[in-house]
Amino acid sequence: MDQQIIVQLEKIVGKKGVLTSPEDLAVYSYDGTFEECNPDVVVLPVSTEQVSQVVKLAARERIPIVTRGMASGLAAASVPFSGGIALVMTRMDKVIELDLENSIVHVEAGIVTADLQTHVEKYGLFYPPDPSSIRHSTIGGNIACNAGGPRCLKYGVTGDYVLGLTVVLANGSILKTGGKVIKDVAGYDLKSLFTGSEGTLGIITEALLKLTAKPKYARTALVEFSSIEDASKTVNEILMAGIVPATLELMDQTAINCIEEALHIGLPTDVVAFLLIESDGVELETTTREIESIAKICEKTGATKISLAKDESERANLWKARRSISPSLARLSPNKLGEDITVPRNAIPEAVNRLKAISQKYGLTIVIFGHAGDGNLHPNILFDKRDPEQMKTVELMVAEVFEVALALGGTLSGEHGVGTLKRPFMEKALGEVSVGIQKKIKQVMDPLNILNPGKVIPD
Amino acid sequence: MPFDKKIKIPNENEYLNCIRCGLCLAVCPTYQEYKNETDSPRGRVALARKSLMDELILSPNLVEQMYSCLDCLACNDICPVGIKPADIAMEMRHVAEQIKPSPWKNVLFGKVISSPDILELVTWPLRVYENMGLRWLVHKLRINKLFPGQLRDLESMLPKQPKKPLRKELPLISRSTNESKYRVGFFLGCAQNLMFSEESAATVRVLNRNGCTVITPKETVCCGMPAAGYGRQDLVIEHAKVNIEIFEREDLDVIVTDCATCGSQLREYGDILENDPVWSEKARNFSNKIRDISEFLMTIPLEKPTGKFDARITYHDPCHLRRAQKVWKEPRALIQMIDGVEYVEMPEADWCCGSAGSQLITHYETSTHVLDRKMENLKSTGADIIASGCPGCQMQLMTGIQREGLNIKVIHPIQLLDQAYKSQDKEG
Repeated sequence: MDQQIIVQLEKIVGKKGVLTSPEDLAVYSYDGTFEECNPDVVVLPVSTEQVSQVVKLAARERIPIVTRGMASGLAAASVPFSGGIALVMTRMDKVIELDLENSIVHVEAGIVTADLQTHVEKYGLFYPPDPSSIRHSTIGGNIACNAGGPRCLKYGVTGDYVLGLTVVLANGSILKTGGKVIKDVAGYDLKSLFTGSEGTLGIITEALLKLTAKPKYARTALVEFSSIEDASKTVNEILMAGIVPATLELMDQTAINCIEEALHIGLPTDVVAFLLIESDGVELETTTREIESIAKICEKTGATKISLAKDESERANLWKARRSISPSLARLSPNKLGEDITVPRNAIPEAVNRLKAISQKYGLTIVIFGHAGDGNLHPNILFDKRDPEQMKTVELMVAEVFEVALALGGTLSGEHGVGTLKRPFMEKALGEVSVGIQKKIKQVMDPLNILNPGKVIPD
Repeated sequence: MPFDKKIKIPNENEYLNCIRCGLCLAVCPTYQEYKNETDSPRGRVALARKSLMDELILSPNLVEQMYSCLDCLACNDICPVGIKPADIAMEMRHVAEQIKPSPWKNVLFGKVISSPDILELVTWPLRVYENMGLRWLVHKLRINKLFPGQLRDLESMLPKQPKKPLRKELPLISRSTNESKYRVGFFLGCAQNLMFSEESAATVRVLNRNGCTVITPKETVCCGMPAAGYGRQDLVIEHAKVNIEIFEREDLDVIVTDCATCGSQLREYGDILENDPVWSEKARNFSNKIRDISEFLMTIPLEKPTGKFDARITYHDPCHLRRAQKVWKEPRALIQMIDGVEYVEMPEADWCCGSAGSQLITHYETSTHVLDRKMENLKSTGADIIASGCPGCQMQLMTGIQREGLNIKVIHPIQLLDQAYKSQDKEG
């Protein structure tokens, strides 16, 4: 990168906010996938104004900007294949205002989602979205990928909590959209346009988020089944009974075996399918009644065992297990590709069967778990990147996984986003018309194509 | 492979299996200070991988990133894959040292620290400074206020110096004051011997009172942790053999230490010498006998003191005790068994204090930032006393307390028990 540009960047964010050593560039080359590519310079701003200045400079000089938070993404959306500036938002991590009367929090984009939750929970408030990366991802990244999580069944996804955004546009101008209002139909819903845009339309620097009252009680059950069909049928029965538990998580045998190997918390490794179900609420009685009703339904639908967490530590253990599935897969093989296809709820058993068939056909393990309540599955293909043959096989398998999702009326991604990895399948998934419109939107928002170029929308 | 075959490097699986999920960033004190990937465990693993796979040069800056790790082990603990970023940072220091050795390390860790006699000699000026009244004078005349910030902090880090190293005062065999049930070896660490001798004297007294005959060999050498921290794992092996041989001569039930850092290093001898046919078994036996003082006391029928100790007390977990040795319940139990103590748990009690041995000297800015976080948590407890069984942590905490002008005492948990017995004896 041109030394003059470095000097100008240093003028904007200060010397400590501009990194250029080979070591610095190397550690900003990756995210939570196996992909890598160095940026030319790393910039860590501390204010919206600084971001705006950086973007103006980048626009003038036609330098690509790849925005990122803690880079826990699973779609290579923040890997800077285009080179240019890696714009790191982690130092913009303040709570600007907590409006207790309206239950709204105003934060900078770089705040860690778990830190945000801890902060508002001190005041009895609750920010529900809970991606597994909750302790190592930022709210800005969550919004840019419209992150989900187990609790989204009952509470909705990240986007459902975004009331307003401050966004730096591709020309450096600062857009403030939305506000402290629940209802707002004045004009197009721009905040929704940026939610899930993966840094391709603008740079989210601040957010106004809706909060709710914190549920005081939670009861958690781990339910065992002898088939995925039974588990899936149970999910349907529970929801049809008018009960919406906070979570309905599905784990198959491969997933449980993985966790056991990693954590040794005593889960049975010979069970075909598990549902991790949690009820929460503001009253103990209703919460307990709900989990009991769920247990009764499970008994009828063929559950082989129902275990209720006795106390908070047992509950924490179960969730620790659930959150550890994805990372603990690496104990089985050096690399994994975690997808997050989503299908209609009733298609889960068929999807699981077809995924298993793919695994058998190609000989690489696919571990399956996911958010059964909303049809969001996480098939993880295990492989070794060092073996070129396996790399080729993985590509073929991924294509077939997506085929399964689309054939069953589903979608490529429920919560991870498109990034680089799913981009080749976008046309097939969305159709020409939809992709055509999206290309035009990108063109309008970022005519110079400097914001995370080469991501999400095909060229 | 970019390096000569003779160079000892980390095993491939130690770094290749990192899936870069980023969970370690959440618990890393250096990442949390700077919010910069370069200062993170995941970043250090990536740098190690890239240099070992010849994608990056093992540059001074790359090596520096390995030295910026506080070795608090929080990343090792949280990694769901089983990667140990802190260990990799240490191993990479060793790689760098093998390629380009620093002669001063040979002198400091190979000669000075490994010989108790020389170490006591070179630290003699510190004892003079304390015991000739110079230190008193410096503080009385507020000369220390004229010191530059870092020197002032280092001065306040220094505990009250003993007149003599404890090694000269403790007998080889200190007999149990009642029926002897255990024959306990005592590993007297360098810092305990030279800086915190009152604590180790208390340790031996408490053991003697509880049916332990204590053997304190005088010719032990440094546990090896400082050498390991500076990339001289080869010297650790030398130290290990000396110490193992010394304790092997005695017929001991356990070997106790009251220094968290020594304990964690001594427990590793078994692993370090695992592949040495002559030493592996001896080393394993030695390591299996190592106990932290609080850990050991909680396993024997301990006399509950009737003497009171009135104070509001909190506890700081030394990283080398909690994570390296999984000892964290015992010191808390020990403190709470004393009448009069109002125990209050400190938020983030197991978050590193920033000492990491010598980070206050080598990484002053980071070390003090991490310390500031600890001080905020300490202040929130309203405690009069903070207990912690590690000389490094104690010195760091003392520095923080002086920097903030707080009136909080720093002690070793064993001193509480010793004090309670003393007041019991007085009353009795």
